[in-house]
Amino acid sequence: MFDQLSDRLQATLSDVRSRGKLSESDVDAAMREIRLALLEADVNFKVVKTFTKTLKERCLGADVLGSLDPGQQVIKIVNEELTGLMGGTGSELAFASSGPTVILMAGLQGSGKTTACAKLARFLRENGKKDVALAACDVYRPAAVDQLVTVGGRVGAHVYEKGTDADPVEIAAWALEQARTERRDVLIVDTAGRLHVDQELMEELARIRKRIKPHDVLLVVDAMTGQDAVGVAESFAEAAEFDGVVMSKLDGDARGGAALSVKAVTGKPILFASTGEKLEAFDRFHPDRMASRILGMGDVLSLIEKAEQQIDEDQAADLERKLRKNQFTLEDMLQQMRQVRKMGPLSGILGMLPGMGAMKQLKNADIDEGQLDRVEAIILSMTPQERANPALIKGSRRKRIANGSGTRPQQVNQLIKQFDQMRKMMRHVASGKMPDAQQLAAMTGGAPRPKVRRR
Amino acid sequence: MVERLEYEVEAGTVPADGEAVQARLIEILAEVAATARAPIDLSGEPAVLLMVGVNGTGKTTTIGKIAWHLSKEFGLSVVLAAGDTYRAAAAEQLAEWADRAGAELVRAEEGSDPGAVAFDAVEAARARGADVVIVDTAGRLHTQTDLMDELAKVRRVIAKQMPGAPHETLLSIDATTGQNGLRQAKIFAEAAEVDGVVLTKLDGTAKGGIVLAIADELGIPVKLIGTGETLEDLRPFDPTDFANALLSEG
Repeated sequence: MFDQLSDRLQATLSDVRSRGKLSESDVDAAMREIRLALLEADVNFKVVKTFTKTLKERCLGADVLGSLDPGQQVIKIVNEELTGLMGGTGSELAFASSGPTVILMAGLQGSGKTTACAKLARFLRENGKKDVALAACDVYRPAAVDQLVTVGGRVGAHVYEKGTDADPVEIAAWALEQARTERRDVLIVDTAGRLHVDQELMEELARIRKRIKPHDVLLVVDAMTGQDAVGVAESFAEAAEFDGVVMSKLDGDARGGAALSVKAVTGKPILFASTGEKLEAFDRFHPDRMASRILGMGDVLSLIEKAEQQIDEDQAADLERKLRKNQFTLEDMLQQMRQVRKMGPLSGILGMLPGMGAMKQLKNADIDEGQLDRVEAIILSMTPQERANPALIKGSRRKRIANGSGTRPQQVNQLIKQFDQMRKMMRHVASGKMPDAQQLAAMTGGAPRPKVRRR
Repeated sequence: MVERLEYEVEAGTVPADGEAVQARLIEILAEVAATARAPIDLSGEPAVLLMVGVNGTGKTTTIGKIAWHLSKEFGLSVVLAAGDTYRAAAAEQLAEWADRAGAELVRAEEGSDPGAVAFDAVEAARARGADVVIVDTAGRLHTQTDLMDELAKVRRVIAKQMPGAPHETLLSIDATTGQNGLRQAKIFAEAAEVDGVVLTKLDGTAKGGIVLAIADELGIPVKLIGTGETLEDLRPFDPTDFANALLSEG
């Protein structure tokens, strides 16, 4: 996400960084580049103008040019301004003090509302809201109700629906009534996609809003939207007075600039980002972290959070004990690999590591998840004894394992060799010597794996 | 290209002899928009149309509209293939459109192989002597390499059932899409040999200027435009009208 914008900004800033001294014309040149980068990323042209103007004023401030390290200062300012552009820090959903919290979802056709409803329901359930219900108010698009019922079922949310013959305003009011009596924690109201120029439907949206008085109104915006996004957001702000934005389809290669402009134009922050086909691919949007990521400074915080969600404390403690006693087996390696993979595709994880964005060869290489699948298959084809003691694996055992996992004996050998190296390295770590990153990378077969240490 | 366009739009609306500049600009834009124009190929027996595109760009709706026009206006018999086996209730949505358009529907369980659905649909159409088969596919982001490979496979499977098919592969592009539309078209064209673009949701304020870049850089023409939610809201693309609309209201 934001890859191309990220590339251009990083290139510009590394040029600035490399200079010991900055003149006004250096800053001018950098601003021109930043301006182009933002325009190419579909950021609204008015927003770009204001953004670069503020940026320039701050960069030309006496404390920057005269400082010992002007390049770093400029990067710091860009980071701050970019964070501000995307919404600053700390915007949250509002929750009801009593009764169900009502969240109304709105957006253009095809922006991803229905999917976002289910993903949000799942997200809220994971984050402590026990009972989340959905209301199916899209009575226009064929099979929209069926779709919500299906995805709602998948995330364990009850779906209130009345087919497609009732009035959406009535369905919403009825669903809220039901949610109250059934004491749901949250009610998420799905609505039909509508064009912001469609008077009639925009009025309908306003009526739904008036009737059910939602605590939050969320606008779903497709990350690939062009300059038009601003007009859309303005119209929706008027009719539905939305409180925040869900940015969808952020997993593509769209530069997401239009969505970035929405905050600047309407003052409403991006609260959530939807990043994939799976219902789990949905997360809080952190402007500060995203800014660091765009500037190639990594997003270690999100990485740690992800790791904390996925890694089992007990298993981690167990592993640490084994490492110390040098009893690490192939079985443990398999477990650990599975945990890391639960955090999502490796390419996504790499993007969160500082400096990785700048490593072109890593970014463009499709990380071969298949290789990890093969490693899993090989280990799974071993007997428990073999997993505990790989030295057993010779001629016929090797052949059997290769046959069982659909690999070649050489690949089995390679894995065992890697495992041995890893064990050797673990001994070093246990004795207090830290291996360098190069060694770590070689050990995991080229794809550096993040290590999460616990105490 | 769009930058130049933006610049020219700005220049064109400057009052100093603006009219002449604008007229010329419309001509140029229409010329670009008319690159590689060709009608939709319906000569196959049956003619097989494959619909591809990013999620939420309006593939299923467009298929409904095409089917309606072909069956109600041209009296052709149409078979629809519910090749979106991924999204929940996608087949139900297409079934509704098939019903409205008076077309037949071939579908399979959710999660089954889209290639198999397409294969069955073409087979069924041949057996019944239908005129046109339209194959729906699941929306996919062009960055998902696996899903793009799947699309290429659907094409191969169709060709196996009927050599030369699909005769027409249409890519739906949402008019509100920004510069990313060009990337979409490029990668979809690589995976699925796109013959033409259907520009959808033109009834909003978005004008879909990105299709100019697609026509100019990739030589893929716009063939149809979608302008609303009802069955009739589908029209052939007219470059001059499009260029005029692009420039109206700046």
